[in-house]
Amino acid sequence: MKTSIAVESVMGVFLGVSLVSATQVKEPRYKYKKDALVYAEIAKAPDKARARRNPLEKDPDAVAAGANLFAQHCSACHGVAGEGGRKGPRLLAPEVQKSAPGAIFWILTNGVVRRGMPVWSKLPEPQRWQLVSYIKSLGAAAAKPDNTPSTIPTPSPTAPSLPRH
Amino acid sequence: MVLYRQVGFPGIILFSLISFWLSSSARAQENPYIIAYDHYLEEPGNVEIEYFSTFGTQKAGNDFHAFWMEFEYGATAWWTTEFYLDGQTTFKDSTVFTGFRWENRFRVLKREHFLNPVLYFEYEHKSGADKILKEGEGRDVEADFLARNAQARKEHINEVELKLILSGTHKGWNFTENTLAAKNLANSPWEFGYALGASRPLALRASAKRCSFCRQNFIAGVEMYGGLGNRRSFGLHETSHYMAPVVAWNLPSEWTLRLSAGFGLNDNSHRFLLRWGLSREITGFGSIIRRLFGDPK
Repeated sequence: MKTSIAVESVMGVFLGVSLVSATQVKEPRYKYKKDALVYAEIAKAPDKARARRNPLEKDPDAVAAGANLFAQHCSACHGVAGEGGRKGPRLLAPEVQKSAPGAIFWILTNGVVRRGMPVWSKLPEPQRWQLVSYIKSLGAAAAKPDNTPSTIPTPSPTAPSLPRH
Repeated sequence: MVLYRQVGFPGIILFSLISFWLSSSARAQENPYIIAYDHYLEEPGNVEIEYFSTFGTQKAGNDFHAFWMEFEYGATAWWTTEFYLDGQTTFKDSTVFTGFRWENRFRVLKREHFLNPVLYFEYEHKSGADKILKEGEGRDVEADFLARNAQARKEHINEVELKLILSGTHKGWNFTENTLAAKNLANSPWEFGYALGASRPLALRASAKRCSFCRQNFIAGVEMYGGLGNRRSFGLHETSHYMAPVVAWNLPSEWTLRLSAGFGLNDNSHRFLLRWGLSREITGFGSIIRRLFGDPK
């Protein structure tokens, strides 16, 4: 009897949460308060890591592939176009866009575990470099006069073509 | 109570699976292991709901189908907590609920290293009819599963389990080693076990197109696990061991499917264990809970 009550209670909680989640409205995004602390982590990248060049820099498909990866793994925290979200800082910020590709790769590999960003070494190295290509392309797109973060092309299931270097 | 009586434990599991299919989710990049753990924890604030099934053969008795559900929550980027509910059907016998588990994994180091230690702590409350074979430990052997469910479920086991997980990823390959120590709180000696795993995606670069059957969505590997005796008699004598090729398919539609065909490596092992699992990750679980309690953020 006790066991069945416990099972039913637990399953009920998870069921309720699932249903609330199913009907949720996208919450408004607002500035992540600890952005500066996270940006400071980029500066901690060792010189050797910072000096690494993106081996996919000239790969024409790297940005599009990176955009797909970003949509799958990063956009939930950093926003669909890197504009920042509740949990992740703005990737269009100069602290990120002016960083060496190797420093961004280093952050992806090591995460900022104490600040909430997990390690992403589970993505193979080429995929992390594809992500670096895409993150860098966001800055270039945002720098165009007629582009604001909200108008930067973003990946969608039906239209995967994206800006390229 | 009424719901539980009408549809039973499997029915509630199925109902929950359908409901979380409707919810918002994130694409996971899951390794294919079913028994071994790597050093990657759940992303903070996300919950992953998983269903696993094990079909096992029994040489001198009835084959069985054991199943469990996992609710895995990323409390922080360095702490993942997980709750299990498990049961089993022994053919020509009965279906029984066999217990629950609560596990916690803690990442020790804040940066990525050649080997990354993760500490694991689990409490299990289960009956003697438990057959999910989620780990190999002590001198667990196939003959332990011969008792009928009605008899086996009378035994209640409270157990703590500690693991040291050492895992690293290099050039796309993940290697992991888990060392296990388990203690039945009813005055039994510490028991030991191990799990090893290696896996790699079929392609290291992502495709520029969104696709289900691209090679990078498939991760293949192998895992091996078994018991190492107990404190009074450490070693391989009278222990069971398994080797299992494993594969995971990470779908762009946010589901992960895992398949494992395990083969017993000695006479103390089940000849064959076929396992499969289905999982889905839901983003922002923490935010949903906060909203339920009135926090508008």
